[in-house]
Amino acid sequence: MSIWLNEGSRVLVQGITGSEGTKHTRRMVASGTNVVAGVTPGKGGQDVDGIPVFSSVGDAVAETRADVSVVFVPPRFAKGAVTETIDAGVGLCVVITEGIPVHDSAYFWAYNVSKGEPTRIIGPNCPGIISPGRSNVGITPADITGPGRIGLVSKSGTLTYQMMYELRDIGFSTCVGIGGDPIVGTTHIDALQAFENDPDTDAIIMIGEIGGDAEERAAAYIEQRISKPVVGYVAGFTAPEGKTMGHAGAIVSGSAGTAAAKQEALEKVGVKVGRTPSESAALMREILTSAGTR
Amino acid sequence: MDLFEYQAKALFAEFDVPVPPGGRVAGTPEEAEAIATDIGGVVVVKAQVKTGGRGKAGGVKLAQDAAAARAAAQAILGMDIKGHTVRAVLVEPASQIAEEYYASFLLDRANRTFLAMCSHAGGMDIEEVAATQPEALAKIPVDPLAGVDPQTAAAIVAEGGLPEEVRSQAAAVLVQLWRVFAESDATLVEVNPLIRTADDRIVALDGKVTLDGNAEFRHDWDTYHDVEATDPLEVRAKQKNLNYVKLYGGQVGIIGNGAGLVMSALDVVAYAGEDYGGIRPANFLDIGGGASAEVMANGLDIVLSDPDVRSVFVNVFGGITACDAVADGIVSAIRMVEQDGSLDKQLVVRLDGNNAPEGHRILDEFDHPRITRVDSMDDAARRAAQLAAAGA
Repeated sequence: MSIWLNEGSRVLVQGITGSEGTKHTRRMVASGTNVVAGVTPGKGGQDVDGIPVFSSVGDAVAETRADVSVVFVPPRFAKGAVTETIDAGVGLCVVITEGIPVHDSAYFWAYNVSKGEPTRIIGPNCPGIISPGRSNVGITPADITGPGRIGLVSKSGTLTYQMMYELRDIGFSTCVGIGGDPIVGTTHIDALQAFENDPDTDAIIMIGEIGGDAEERAAAYIEQRISKPVVGYVAGFTAPEGKTMGHAGAIVSGSAGTAAAKQEALEKVGVKVGRTPSESAALMREILTSAGTR
Repeated sequence: MDLFEYQAKALFAEFDVPVPPGGRVAGTPEEAEAIATDIGGVVVVKAQVKTGGRGKAGGVKLAQDAAAARAAAQAILGMDIKGHTVRAVLVEPASQIAEEYYASFLLDRANRTFLAMCSHAGGMDIEEVAATQPEALAKIPVDPLAGVDPQTAAAIVAEGGLPEEVRSQAAAVLVQLWRVFAESDATLVEVNPLIRTADDRIVALDGKVTLDGNAEFRHDWDTYHDVEATDPLEVRAKQKNLNYVKLYGGQVGIIGNGAGLVMSALDVVAYAGEDYGGIRPANFLDIGGGASAEVMANGLDIVLSDPDVRSVFVNVFGGITACDAVADGIVSAIRMVEQDGSLDKQLVVRLDGNNAPEGHRILDEFDHPRITRVDSMDDAARRAAQLAAAGA
């Protein structure tokens, strides 16, 4: 098994006729993802490499029974695209788009909650989700590693790739990039819970970075609810106060949101935290070797 | 993007939030005197810096007349407040303060919504209020779909414990402040103090506003860009659309792809640097996903022109970014530098992922004596720290 995404997932691409949308649709298809539809308003009836394009998510779902949407539309259209996906009742919406105003993200999150959360939103500003060997939704390179028994959740795309690469001989059940924005639809805690319940995940690696207190809250959750081993990595120890480090949410404000505080919170509940990605990978390797679960 | 107080107040005024009338910003004592003359009577001269604690630092002075305003501006301009140089002062009429309250709207990351905060105990550091008398600080979630209507605002000021007789007036101000927050794409709008004047009016005596840079496409924020206070290398990087942050006191220039991996590279260099007398990273530079050779070359050009940099660590894990493009960018940046002189810094390059073998081939063929190719991130960081310590 895997979490949230598997070989049966039927994927639609919002913004499929844009350059990013087309490029990544091809990559997803090449890695075995079942892309059944695309959506671009006003371009219904066209196709991209034989994938039918619809003018609305509702039309695409009615015709193709798509149950996962991936959003590549430019920031100014993202709020509309995501609310449309919620209205169509698509169960998973992966928002790759970077640079969405946080008022728009707050709006579509609140909209989803007001409808009873029909849609799991992943992102925005994330690489997506990959269950290696089964399906890949987003921009994660599919060839880094194969299926295995580690679950990964991360705020950062490239750190996800780095960690997948470090542990490529072991492989992953699912890797979820939750994104680096201040408001995201899926949190570390959501992923931890799903991995805890996934019989094919033996251990979890969690990657965090400066800003907010999501890692601290995840630590509290781990202490209470997670029985599987968790290894952590936190980026941004050298980040200065008050500067945004690339990701909109990656900012130390006053004494809040520091990497040191996050590491401490994780270690306090027994999560082993490496000082470099390689160290975290080595810690994971030790855990899996000693448990004999490979 | 943080605004200065005078910018925040101008924004407030646009939305009919009451602020002291006739206040203007001055860059010289003469300008301050002229503004004080226009206002007439007692004025207050306030340092414009994007940090707290300016009152304690002597950055706010009352002036009885225009000559005193000039002297106050003279004393405040150029002052250093927590590392921020005062380049401007706000001159505005002094207010008769009867009571001081607190009001703010902000992003609540943890609950993925907005939050209103309100207190009758304004005027002091709100974090202190939160710590010492939490019951005095009301925190009320605001639904992004519904916003703040008069009824919600009334609930907020009541919860904050504002006196009954000013609540309806304060609630009306809060509705307007919410409009500032929502319509200006702010992540923070804070008024501390929100005062009750001697004649029972509610006025925003200070203003702190943070705007969401992601929303700039739907606003005209050019005047808010604070070029003077920004590091010249950061300004140059911004012109080239590069995501660059200068870190003072560092020696190793860092270039990578993806915010998380670059932050990690900074940390790994600082970690390795502990063994070399405290070598530190000199910058953050994210060339982003799918960067071209040109983007890489622009980035390297900026990092190489930083006089603090003794060695450069290029750390790329190619997802969309192709390692051959990165290698091409390195080669062309170095050729550019060598047209005008010689390359005086060492480069340590680690490439993995998309097209890494081709990237390696390009660098090996270029075979430059100042480029070292290292296979792992940790080893490369160590090598870069070592080279920086050796003075490169």
